[in-house]
Amino acid sequence: MIKHLLFRMLSTIPILIGVSALVFFLMNVVPGDPIAIMQSNFIDPDALERVRREMHLDDPAPIRYVRFLADAARGELGYSYKLRRPVSGVIAAAFPNTIKLAVSAALVSWIIGIIAGLISAVKPNSFVDNALMGLALTGISMPAFWAALVLQYIFGVVLGLLPVAGFESWRHMILPVTVLGWSEAAMVARLTRSSLLEVMRHDYIRTARSKGLSWSSVIRIHALKNSLLPVVTIMAIQVSTLLSGSIVTESVFGIPGIGRVAVSAINNRDMPLLQGVIMFGTFIVIIGNIVADVLYSTLDPRIKYVRE
Amino acid sequence: MSENNELPAVRAENSLRLDLVTAFRRNRMATAGLAIVSLLVVGAVLAPWLSPYDPYAIDLSNKTLAPSASHWLGTDELGRDLLTRLIYGARISLMIGIVPALIAQIVGTSVGVVSGYCGGALDYLLMRIADVVLAFPSQLLALAIMYTLSGSLMNLFIALSVLGWAQTARVVRSLTLSLRGREFVLAARSIGVRNSVIMLRHILPNCIPTIIVLLTMRIPNYILQEASLSFLGIGAQPPTPSWGLIATKGKEYLFSAPWIGIAPGIFILVTVLGFNFMGDAVRDALDPTLKD
Repeated sequence: MIKHLLFRMLSTIPILIGVSALVFFLMNVVPGDPIAIMQSNFIDPDALERVRREMHLDDPAPIRYVRFLADAARGELGYSYKLRRPVSGVIAAAFPNTIKLAVSAALVSWIIGIIAGLISAVKPNSFVDNALMGLALTGISMPAFWAALVLQYIFGVVLGLLPVAGFESWRHMILPVTVLGWSEAAMVARLTRSSLLEVMRHDYIRTARSKGLSWSSVIRIHALKNSLLPVVTIMAIQVSTLLSGSIVTESVFGIPGIGRVAVSAINNRDMPLLQGVIMFGTFIVIIGNIVADVLYSTLDPRIKYVRE
Repeated sequence: MSENNELPAVRAENSLRLDLVTAFRRNRMATAGLAIVSLLVVGAVLAPWLSPYDPYAIDLSNKTLAPSASHWLGTDELGRDLLTRLIYGARISLMIGIVPALIAQIVGTSVGVVSGYCGGALDYLLMRIADVVLAFPSQLLALAIMYTLSGSLMNLFIALSVLGWAQTARVVRSLTLSLRGREFVLAARSIGVRNSVIMLRHILPNCIPTIIVLLTMRIPNYILQEASLSFLGIGAQPPTPSWGLIATKGKEYLFSAPWIGIAPGIFILVTVLGFNFMGDAVRDALDPTLKD
């Protein structure tokens, strides 16, 4: 187990290097000198040249990449052009907000999704099943920003019940969590349903039924646990979709998380900041993948890892 | 024996069409999806004849008018007819859904088949590149690409094509690996058929159902991604009538003219639902193992 974990962690190193190289070269081939942007109203060629040297921007890209890697390994992600603060500091300030939002959304989506999937699977193709699955498909098909606008309009403008922006109290969190959790809940519900239906076809379910157990205890004792296994694997995907979703959600609701940092970094052409956020986000997703992987093998003793 | 060996490829081709037709006949949702998408295509093609208004002509004396008989969905902040802009927007959403998805599919399939069939160092290299692309949360990589290329519809085409190929390549590769050892491939090799012909005539046709399923899952996904990126201001740029971009303006006018924000979302929702209805049916018919 520990050996497998270590192996998994080591095997992500080449991926991380590949990811960082891709992002670094993608961002550094961009035309438009960051110094010129930084000093837009101050064009003294000598000073420009000096700053460029101080920031090592006159070095060739491969050398800057190696320096970037060495810094990143120590947790230094560079210096934001626009905010004039270390990128790691900006991320450290913003990330807790994103975590708070994403974890709440994940919890809500899991509770609602699993219950909805369960209800659907108990009576497949019934009216309730069709209604719930229709709702789930709508959830997947709905653009998050639009759900946000509609909720803001209904609860903020028409009813005046909830604040439409900000992140100060739990009341501020209701709408963003709903928006972010909605499509996740839909995904979990669809997966729980199909997985439970699949498990219910197995022989041991028929055995449990034939020895006189009621449907509810068969599902509770025998089926549910097994059917939730594939649901656990999408946790890894969820880390990624929640992170992606937080970009839109935070922008609409004005939440100071890393999603909004990324968007403002793009609008300000703030290369180090955007680069840092993307590296950090990808790192989180890779960790999420490992966690889901380990969890999966712990929950399902049938799965033994063999080296490829 | 030789007839038996011919069977899989031939049958795959004939039953593919049959499977799809029965899937649509049996599934009412799929028919509904097909109807929605057909309507959209007709709207997109006939846009100039469907509406008396110009989607770009600014008329400040008529700005943010509420929905009425002359402007069914009202006008936007620059006095342009909203419904007209949304109909023209269908062109963009359909293009963005289909073209990059097709490009991603073609590139992914080529990489997958070559990687799986040839194996060795080439396979290793291609799959490590795919792993790197797959490691990204897609929206973040899209941000990086859009930063480099700067926001425009054309660049969005490129970004989405670059994002999508890796998943297809992975799936097609594993399919190819299992097909490579099958008798009909061995038979072809033993009578001296060239590798390129084997890949094109024997492996590829057997991957097609899976590729179609992946394609139908990708189209609605790309339409949503375009809308989100345009909404964030890093996709299509004004005055393009992109649904996501129109909704951005709606955010500013949520209090005074809520229809500007709400109408484009309904168009997106219905379109994506239509594609998802069809996609679900196609997947159930062709490859139920790819479920979720």
